[in-house]
Parts: sequence; structure tokens; C-alpha cells
Amino acid sequence: MAMKILIADDEPNIVISLEFLLKREGYEVVVAHNGAEALERVRAERPDLAILDVMMPLRNGFEVCQDLRQDPEFKNLRIMMLTAKGRDTEVSKGLALGADVYMTKPFSTRELLAKVKTLIDRA
Amino acid sequence: MSSPAKLIVAAVVACIYLLVVLLAAGVVLGSGLEGEEQALFSAVLEHRLGAVVMIALVACVFLFLMLRAAHEFLVLLPARAAEEAGAMLEEPATRLTLRGSGELRALIVAVNRLAEQRHARDEDIEARIRAANAAAEADRNRFAVLMSELAQGVIVCNPDGRVLLYNRRARALFAGSAGQGMAALGLGRSIYGVFDRHLIAYALENIDVRRRNHRHFVTATESGRLLRVLVAPIPEAGAKAVDAAEAGAAHGISGYMTMIEDMTETFDSESTRDQMLQELTESSRGPVGNLRAAAETLHDYADMSVEDHQRFLGVVRDEAEGLADRIEAAARKYAAVLKARWPLEEMLGSDLVTAARQRIADRHPVQVSLEDVDPEVWIKVDGFSLLQAMTYLAARLHDEYQIRDLKLRLTRDGEMAQIDLIWSGVFMSTETVMTWELDPMTVAGESSPLTVRDVVERNGAEVWFQRDHAAYRAFFRFLLPAISGQVEAASSAIAAMVDSRPEFYDFDLFKAEETGLALDDRLLAQLSYTVFDTETTGLEPSAGDEIIQIGAVRIVNRRLLSHEAYEQLIDPLRSLPAQSVKIHGITAEMLDGRPPIAQVLPVFRAFVADTVLVAHNAAFDMRFLELKEASTGIRFDRPVLDTFLLSAVLFPNQETHRLEAIAERLGVSVLGRHTAVGDAIVTAEVFLKMLPLLADKGIRTLGQAREASEKTYHARIRY
Repeated sequence: MAMKILIADDEPNIVISLEFLLKREGYEVVVAHNGAEALERVRAERPDLAILDVMMPLRNGFEVCQDLRQDPEFKNLRIMMLTAKGRDTEVSKGLALGADVYMTKPFSTRELLAKVKTLIDRA
Repeated sequence: MSSPAKLIVAAVVACIYLLVVLLAAGVVLGSGLEGEEQALFSAVLEHRLGAVVMIALVACVFLFLMLRAAHEFLVLLPARAAEEAGAMLEEPATRLTLRGSGELRALIVAVNRLAEQRHARDEDIEARIRAANAAAEADRNRFAVLMSELAQGVIVCNPDGRVLLYNRRARALFAGSAGQGMAALGLGRSIYGVFDRHLIAYALENIDVRRRNHRHFVTATESGRLLRVLVAPIPEAGAKAVDAAEAGAAHGISGYMTMIEDMTETFDSESTRDQMLQELTESSRGPVGNLRAAAETLHDYADMSVEDHQRFLGVVRDEAEGLADRIEAAARKYAAVLKARWPLEEMLGSDLVTAARQRIADRHPVQVSLEDVDPEVWIKVDGFSLLQAMTYLAARLHDEYQIRDLKLRLTRDGEMAQIDLIWSGVFMSTETVMTWELDPMTVAGESSPLTVRDVVERNGAEVWFQRDHAAYRAFFRFLLPAISGQVEAASSAIAAMVDSRPEFYDFDLFKAEETGLALDDRLLAQLSYTVFDTETTGLEPSAGDEIIQIGAVRIVNRRLLSHEAYEQLIDPLRSLPAQSVKIHGITAEMLDGRPPIAQVLPVFRAFVADTVLVAHNAAFDMRFLELKEASTGIRFDRPVLDTFLLSAVLFPNQETHRLEAIAERLGVSVLGRHTAVGDAIVTAEVFLKMLPLLADKGIRTLGQAREASEKTYHARIRY
């Protein structure tokens, strides 16, 4: 059965690439366009991995991550965070809040796919 | 014994001696005679007694005259010489009169020569002292000029934190802060009124560990300016740094200096720059991330559908465009920051023109003359780059058109100043000349990366080429931003301040205060005073009259510091009787919008902190202040001296002790009476003149002055 991945980002231009790439790698892809929608979709779709952008409307990536990590139901969910800021303090915050991997834009697509694969395999 | 008494005693003794001799002679002649002989002797004696007595009297008179002459010569003349010698001690220019015996004369000549020698030596010493003092004074003044011209604020303190010197910049830095900061900086005041005691203590502690270094801290003023403060110790004169290091502790410091830089603007522009950089990088990450992902996908998945391919190309185009716009915007913003940071200086336009003339003539075989230079125009420019531009244009005129005669003209046109570089005879095309503007400037081998256009932009100016056919001349015109007359006013105000500059320092304060002594035991001459006066709505504070103005000046080390004056109009929150307006000339309009007394008193209390209060008829002013104590909670409990009572102490027989009368008596000129500060200044000058007179009466300490004041008759009158 194909692994399911949620992409939560309000920027369509990155969603296009991520969606295309992940589908081509054989994953099932669910898209959310803001933080609130991301939470709903995680609950409804139960993905194996959530890719969360930090800067999103309604709930930001940190909040979504924190919420999910507080819910034992999702303890097996892998979380990857994407950010356009990339300050050291922010990376630490993301990891402290429970993200498994933190990637700073602009990232290499190959590296991203490699990270996704590692996370999924671990699950 | 007085010399007439000596003469009388001598005369009496001589006469008695004469009589004794005569009697003895008589007795010798008469003794041992017998019968007839005795009868004969008695007869002779009887017969000649009158003559003998006469002879004795004449002899007495003769003796007296002889003695008197001898007295005159041997006693009186030396006595007078001694008196003259005594007077000479007081008045070194006088000499002893030559008279008397040869021996006395020799003595007088010797004494006079000694006096001559001493006088010459004294004068020599005095001249040396004067020279040394003058040199020290000159050094101090040079130092003060240096200080006052520094762009940083400087405050120098003794080890107790008492301010010995501050410069204009320091004052300006704190003058901006409303309220207590304004009153806090002053000679003889504590620096802790301006800086937090702990900041200074921390800085000094850290200096003490390793000597010879200094320490920075950053603090903010009340008005929110950001200050960077350097604290450096001032080693004691003669103390070597090594000794001090060995001693290790705070001694060896005779004071410390703080240098203050206002970094508000630097900080602002630096933080703007940082912010821009951060914004640019952070806001680029997203778009670049999108771009990269799209590009990599396009590259790695070449087999995608045509539709997908189009979508990814669309992403690439959008993001690339967005990025280009963003970079452009950042560049514009940064240029604005750069421009704002360019240091423009205010200068007299004629100075720039004169400098340009000099510079052009120095570098090229060109005659430059001035025509029609307005001496009043001030401009705000980067002078050096403008000079470069003018010299460069002159060089091209000379090199390419052999123009050897140039004129410079400076005129004012509204808000702008025009500097024209004029030549006659040769006209060139506008196009040719305009290309000069865009070439990097090279003058006599010195090349600059800037063009004339850059210089003009940097100065917020314009430049163009213009022909004056009628006069058969052409010129380059630089149009520069002029500044209004205010700056001239400001600079003359600065000049006025520089003239009275010595008030900004007082190194006699270097000696640490005689701490531990009770205030009443301290010498009047060494105390700091706030001399103040109030104007009021009337004479009856208990019947609702209010203070409408307070003026005050400070006296430190017997100097009146009129720079550190305090003046405040106060809204009395009641009507102003016409009667009182006649006296003080303050109208209700002038009080409109002024703070009420409750806001003024805390600031005034800060101003008077640690000083003795002085006022003329102080009881009156103090009564007004006391009546406000209940409502404001501000208590003026510093000791008070009253020039009215001190005048009664000094001149008990005078009918009046009005301020004008005392001022006249003491030779103080009265200017601007019935403004609070004017009266305070007159009172302060009067008080200063009183100090030596009080000392003559044995009144030297504050306690003595207060005691004497209380004892005067006038002190018993209550207000």
C-alpha cells in the first residue's frame, strides 16, 4: 500500500513541485493550504508523513506541529518542517516542538526526496 | 619708656648730679674751718650765694639743652628710622630717609639696600608666578576650547563623582531631556544625576583590575537617545601607572572622564541596514526555493506531460520576475540609507568658493578671480567632493579649450545657493560639456571613482552649463541647498557661549569634598548655592496668592554659573491681578499652557539638590514653597540664607535693605529687575560680594552665618 504524505503550504508554486515529485516517487499526496486545514486533513486522512511550511495562514507550522505532537494518536506520524527563514533559533524551536526533520528553503529536491524516504522507511 | 620721658629723666638726673656736686664742694670747703675762717666763709657764702645759685641754674639749663640735642640726635632719629623701617614692611616701595650721625646713616644705607634687594626678589617671584598662572590659564583655555569643539560629549569628575568639567556637546545631549535631566548636569553636581551610579561604579571596578584601560557602557537618556559612554580614569599627578597597578585599588585616581557619543542615529541606520539585509535574505528563500524545486523537477523529470511542463515553466517565470522586483526594491532602499548617511557639513559658502579658487590655482596654470561673492550664504554640503568637481571641470576647460581665466561667483536664490564657474569667449556645445559630467573625475593624476553627477547627487544639488550671450560668457552653475539664517544665529549663539566658556569647568573642584563635616561647619566660600527668586500674583500666599515664575542660578566655588540658570513660568490656576502685572510684566497669555506648580516643583527640587538656598527676603519665597508642601509632597529642607538679613548683619545702621539699595552699596549693577532670573542674578552677585565682608566679621561658616542672621532685629519680623 502506498504511503500517504500531507503537504501543507500556502504557496502554490512550491506545492506544484512537491506534489509532482512525491507522486512520481509513488506516494499518495494530500494537500492543505493553511494550518487549520492541515490539522483537519491529518485527522481525516491519517498520513504517514506531514510536510509543514512554517509560515501559513490561520495556524502556523509550529502550532500545527505542537498540536499533533500532543496527541498520542499521532505518535507515529513523521513531521518534516519547511521554512523560508532558517535562523538557527528557528531550527532549534522546530526540532524542540517535535519535528523530525527541518529543511530550509531553497532546498535541493533530491535531498528532500532522500529525507522523505528515510522518514517513511523508519515508520 | 617713651622718648620724651627718657629726656626728662635724663635732665632731672643731670641736675640732681650738679646740685650734689655743688653741695659736696660747699661741704668740703666749709668743713674743718675754725672761728674766723668760718665766719669769713659764712660771710663770703652769704654774700655770694645768689651768684652760686645763678651759676647752678645756668649750668642746669645748659645741661638740659645739651641733653636735648643729644636726645634728638641719638634717640629720636634712630626711633624715626625704626618707624620708617616698620612702615616699609607694609609698603615695600618706601625707603628710610637718610639722616643722623654717620653711623646711623651707614645703617640706614645698609637697610635701604637690603630693602631694595628684597623688593627686587619679590617682584621677580611675583612676575614668575604671574607668568606661570598665565601659562596655566592659557593651557586651561586651550583645553576648554578643545573640549568645547569636540563632537563627543565630555564630562570630567573627581573621585566622588562631582562634575569638574563638561562641554557644550554634553550639555546639548542632556538638554534635550525634559524635566530633571535638564537640571541634572552642572559644575560641582554629582554625575550620578545624569548616569546611573551602578553603571559608573561597574565601569570603574572593571578598570581597576587592569589599569590604564577604559570601559564602555551604553545607556539611554530620558528623552530616549541612545548613548555610548566611555569611562577612563585620570591618574593622580605624579603617580606612575606601575605604582598604581601595584596598589591595585581605587587610590591613584584623581578622577575620571566620560566621553559620550550619541549613537541613536548610527544605531538607527545600522539597524535599518541589518533589517534590510535580513528581509532580503529571508524573503528570497521562499521564491528561490520554489524556483529551484521547479527547475530541478523540470530537469530531472524530462518525461513529464506537456501540460505539466508548461505549469513548471510558468512557476519559473513568475518567481524569477518576483525576485527581480524584490532585489530592485532593496537596492533602492539601500541607496536611500547610504544617501542619508553621507556626512554633509554646514559651511559658509564663501569659504568653499575661496577654497575652490585656491585649489584650482594650485593645480593648474589658471587665473581664478572672485566676483560677487555673497558672504552671508550658508550651505550644507560635502565640501571636499564639491571642490573635486569644480577643480575637475576647471581642468577640462583648461586642457581642452585652453581657458586660463576663470571667475567664481556665489549668489543666493531663495532656498538655494548658486556657485558659478565662469569663463569668457569660448563656447562649446552643451552635449560635449554634459559628457564631462559622466566621466570619472581625474585631476592632475588623482582619480576618483565619482563623476560630477555623483557628487551633485550626493549633495542634493544640480549642475548645468549655461551661456550668457550678452556678456559673451558661459558658466557651469552648481545649485546647492542653502540653509536659512537660523544657523547663523545659532553659530553666533555658539560664539557667545565660547566667549564665556570658562564657566564650563572648574578644576579647583578636583580636591575631594571635605566630607564628614556637618553642613553648618562648612566654609561659606566652599559651599554650592542655588540663588533663586519668585514672581507671584501678590504678597499674601495664605490668602491664595500663587507663584507664577521661578528663576534660579547656581554658585559653585564662589563663581556665578549663569549658564546653569533655571527659569520657569507657571500657570497659577487662578486669575492674575492687574496690580501684579505692573510689577513683573507677566501677562495671563504668557502663562497659558505653562505647567502648574505641582509639575514644576519636582524639577526645581532636582535643580537645588545638594545646594544651600539663597534668596533676598527668603522668608517670603519660602513661605510660598512651604504652603505647597501639603499638596505636592515636595519639601524644600535645604538650609536657607537671606541676603536681606545678611545685609542687616553687615550694615546694621542702614535704613533700607532693599535689593537695589544693597546692590548699589556693594557696587553691583542692576539689570533686568523683576524677572525672576534677573533678580536671582543680582541677588547672587550681591551674595558673592558679601562673602569677604562676612569673613571680616568672623562669619566664615554656614552655621555662623545662620546664627548671625537670626540675631538681627529684622529676623524677628515675621511675614
